[in-house]
Amino acid sequence: MSSVMMVGVDGSDCSARAVKYVLAHAKPAGAKVLVTHVIEWSRYSFSTAAENEQRHKRREEEITRANEDIVDPVVSRLKEQGVDAAGLVRHGHVSDTMRSLAKEHKVSSIVVGRQGSAGLKSYVFGSVGARLVQVAECPVTVVP
Amino acid sequence: MSKLRVGITTLIGLLCSFSAFAETGMDEKINLAVKPYADAVAGAVFSSFTVGGVAIPFVLVWLIIAATIFTFYFKFINLRGLKHGFELVRGDYHDPKAAGEVTHFQALATALSGTVGLGNIAGVAVAVSLGGPGATFWMILAGFLGMSSKFTECTLGVKYRNVYPDGSVSGGPMYYLTKGLAERGPVLAKLGKVLAVMFAIFAIGGSFGGGNMFQANQSFAQVVNVTGGDASWLADKGWLFGLVVAVLVGAVILGGIKSIARVTSKIVPFMAVTYVTAGLIIIFMNFSAVPSAFVAIFDGAFTASGISGGVIGVLFQGFKRAAFSNEAGVGSAAIAHSAVQTSRPVTEGFVALYEPFIDTIVVCTITALVIIITGTWDPSVDPSAGVQLTSTAFGSAISWFPWVLTLAVVLFAFSTMISWSYYGLKSWTFLFGENKATDAVYKILFLFFIVVGSSMQLGSVIDFSDAMIFAMAFPNLLGCYFLLPVVKKELNEYWADLKAGRLVKTRDA
Repeated sequence: MSSVMMVGVDGSDCSARAVKYVLAHAKPAGAKVLVTHVIEWSRYSFSTAAENEQRHKRREEEITRANEDIVDPVVSRLKEQGVDAAGLVRHGHVSDTMRSLAKEHKVSSIVVGRQGSAGLKSYVFGSVGARLVQVAECPVTVVP
Repeated sequence: MSKLRVGITTLIGLLCSFSAFAETGMDEKINLAVKPYADAVAGAVFSSFTVGGVAIPFVLVWLIIAATIFTFYFKFINLRGLKHGFELVRGDYHDPKAAGEVTHFQALATALSGTVGLGNIAGVAVAVSLGGPGATFWMILAGFLGMSSKFTECTLGVKYRNVYPDGSVSGGPMYYLTKGLAERGPVLAKLGKVLAVMFAIFAIGGSFGGGNMFQANQSFAQVVNVTGGDASWLADKGWLFGLVVAVLVGAVILGGIKSIARVTSKIVPFMAVTYVTAGLIIIFMNFSAVPSAFVAIFDGAFTASGISGGVIGVLFQGFKRAAFSNEAGVGSAAIAHSAVQTSRPVTEGFVALYEPFIDTIVVCTITALVIIITGTWDPSVDPSAGVQLTSTAFGSAISWFPWVLTLAVVLFAFSTMISWSYYGLKSWTFLFGENKATDAVYKILFLFFIVVGSSMQLGSVIDFSDAMIFAMAFPNLLGCYFLLPVVKKELNEYWADLKAGRLVKTRDA
């Protein structure tokens, strides 16, 4: 049974590094790769009635855009290299959603890129990688 | 971008035309022009019968009786449903695959931003002054009963909403009156159409009155009050205040500048929490006065010593304030709640129970307690001094609070206006069709009424505002009566599923 690796992508340089890492490791291991993008969203946010009316439509647009711009290019690139890859887009809190998706898809390890911001900003706000390491139920690799 | 250009051009046009009149005592002119119409409409809606020397409007009786009947019909869902409603709002039953859609919390927050407004602050002061502390008891009771009306109308709002091919969602009494009654037979179908049109017309009036002019008027009054009262530079410049607010509101509704609405929607809950906290602090600071306040409330509710109109008068003030503040039975909340993502309409009914609870039983009661405890209620109050009274009450305990209150008042007014502009727009497009032109016409009219509202004397504004909002309750509740069995069926099926554990409870970390 092949293992499943999850890689978190957001179109940035640091997630490109994560993809590179996954490419290097998934292929020899024959692992399947779940290319995941989480659209930052909270269920406790505040909105106007006009926004709510359009929310369903905008959600679809956000998902389509995420697929087209961020996830699909990575999936095709992985497939070209002979890796069994699939894309996954979900709304929610980034690290919590990745954790629950990993559980749902029985992922054996998660790979994310490191933002590389040291100092006050990351100290105060933390980072996806740091939080994921704390909450995930499988090994997490943070690629520098 | 061109929409923005249209918006800015229109607003500049408004600005120019109004400043042309600036020199000529605009406030007084507007007031004189509009007053006769406002009074005529208010008179019609509030036609009343006299009991014990007090004129009771039919429409108020209509609201309270409906709320009472609904409470019994659904076997005190306003008590039974609270726990589950809380769980739904918290997201316990949230489907992970539906992440990104409108949640129960968001629908409730949106609806609350529309109902929590000047009525909670200014209106309560008037009610407690005219009706004495006893009005608080009847206000809480009306809030409690009103929860059942909200439950009913919001369930129907979700059940009969329109989902369009592009994914947008529109719901509200206009839709459940037409679609819902159509299911009950051809005669009722015709009635449904008539009621829907009536509702839409009154809702448009309500959106210009209580949702607009009243908010503009009272927030202006508080700004004047805190900047020196009659001696304030702003004292006779209501039109100017109205213009500034109109530009801001216009930027959101015409210009689509979401950033303003987004900022407001973050600040408003914060202000609400601040207001409630300040109220609680004052109450705890005067803890020894609390028991006597409650004695005054119960005593006043049933003996009404010194209040003109006796117990009926007290009851009337309390009920009236609750009805205007939480809009239960009016149908506006159904429009806001209808966008929620759910496959079981009655879930939104459970969630909607919290609206009158938070609006009336929490916020209004806190306002009332502060006014009673600080002893600032005054039976000889001029109803136009509503917000001033609350300001004095809070100010007597926390000296700088009137400034915070002004900010809260302006923000509450702003968010209520944004919400009601939506409700009115939905009603307008229901009548005149959905297209850019009708859209723009309504919105420009809405902005116009902001300026009018801050220029008029409160007396006529308050009567007209009350009238239109209460008028909405007539078609709305009539339709609800016919649709009660539909709601009951939804409720019973859902409740059975809930008890049998068939509903998936997800509580992700």
